[in-house]
Amino acid sequence: MAMTIIWMGMVAAAMIYAALHGTGAALSGAVAAGAKQAVELSLTMAGSLCLWSGFAALLRAGGLQRRLAALLSPLLGRIYPTAARDPETMESLCGNATANLLGLGNAATPLGIAAVRRMQALSGGRAATDEACRLIVMNTASIQLLPTTVAALRAGLGSASPFAILPAVWATSLLSVSAGLLAARVLQKWL
Amino acid sequence: MALTNYLVPALLLLAAASALRKRADVYGTLIEGGREGLKLTAAILPSLVMLLTALALLRESGALDALTRLLAPAAKAVGIPPETVPLLLVRPFSGSAALAVGAELMAVHGPESLIGRTAAVMLGSTETTFYTVSVYFSAAGIRKSRFAVPAALTADAAGFLAAAFFARLLP
Repeated sequence: MAMTIIWMGMVAAAMIYAALHGTGAALSGAVAAGAKQAVELSLTMAGSLCLWSGFAALLRAGGLQRRLAALLSPLLGRIYPTAARDPETMESLCGNATANLLGLGNAATPLGIAAVRRMQALSGGRAATDEACRLIVMNTASIQLLPTTVAALRAGLGSASPFAILPAVWATSLLSVSAGLLAARVLQKWL
Repeated sequence: MALTNYLVPALLLLAAASALRKRADVYGTLIEGGREGLKLTAAILPSLVMLLTALALLRESGALDALTRLLAPAAKAVGIPPETVPLLLVRPFSGSAALAVGAELMAVHGPESLIGRTAAVMLGSTETTFYTVSVYFSAAGIRKSRFAVPAALTADAAGFLAAAFFARLLP
């Protein structure tokens, strides 16, 4: 539903603006150009996406995911002190954080949901617990070691070194997660 | 930075070696995973077509420029390139729309331009906040989301500001 509103709003805004400013002549050309651009972009991204999906499969096969989870466990225990007392919650939490770091979004979501469900079941309330909110903040502020989709996009558009943005992405992610967790700490007293 | 040149092949080799140690069929695993990537491409193609068409309409009508001009003073005041404002507006709501807007910015201004890089960093370090929040809360049966949304949006805002700042520092 949200997408319906966004898409219809975009098309309607373009039409109304063009009618008011007399730029309607360009619209039919824009439709063809936009569709063509999307297909070209998908084709040029396809190669990188295949490669990095293969890489993700290797990480799973090599057990690197599990080892990284063990490495993260002490840090996560400090962010989620209540959850740390329950091994089952902790396992989902570590799995969720690891999958996020490795850019395995499809693997991260079910694990994160399992962790939130367990947190809520243990607390027994219908309002989100402090730590459930913290987990959601961690998941909305993507912390990715390798932003492969963006790199694929950059490669597709002719960038010579698609991963050159990595240092900036890491610094930005770190800052945004810290800001989110800090805001959560402050707001949890009032909301 | 010379290190990032070796990062990708080194990572690929490391992942392959760790899979080999577990006696996995490395090449077969790569191919199997690659097939997932192809599925992913096919899955995003239709939404890219629809959204890039709508974006092209907005650009050619002049509405996108007008919106950028309208919000430019506020964006400039906090150090964000005004051209990336449409990206900030759609990012929390739709991942595919944000990808389309980012692609458009990188295509028009070039992937290595400041605008293109800022857009890439913004895309790479933020998530579809409202989608994520609603998935988690509905799946866990939570009625009161308390401070999750304001805290998550704070993280997004900090991310956008930091992306504009750090993209400038890239060599």
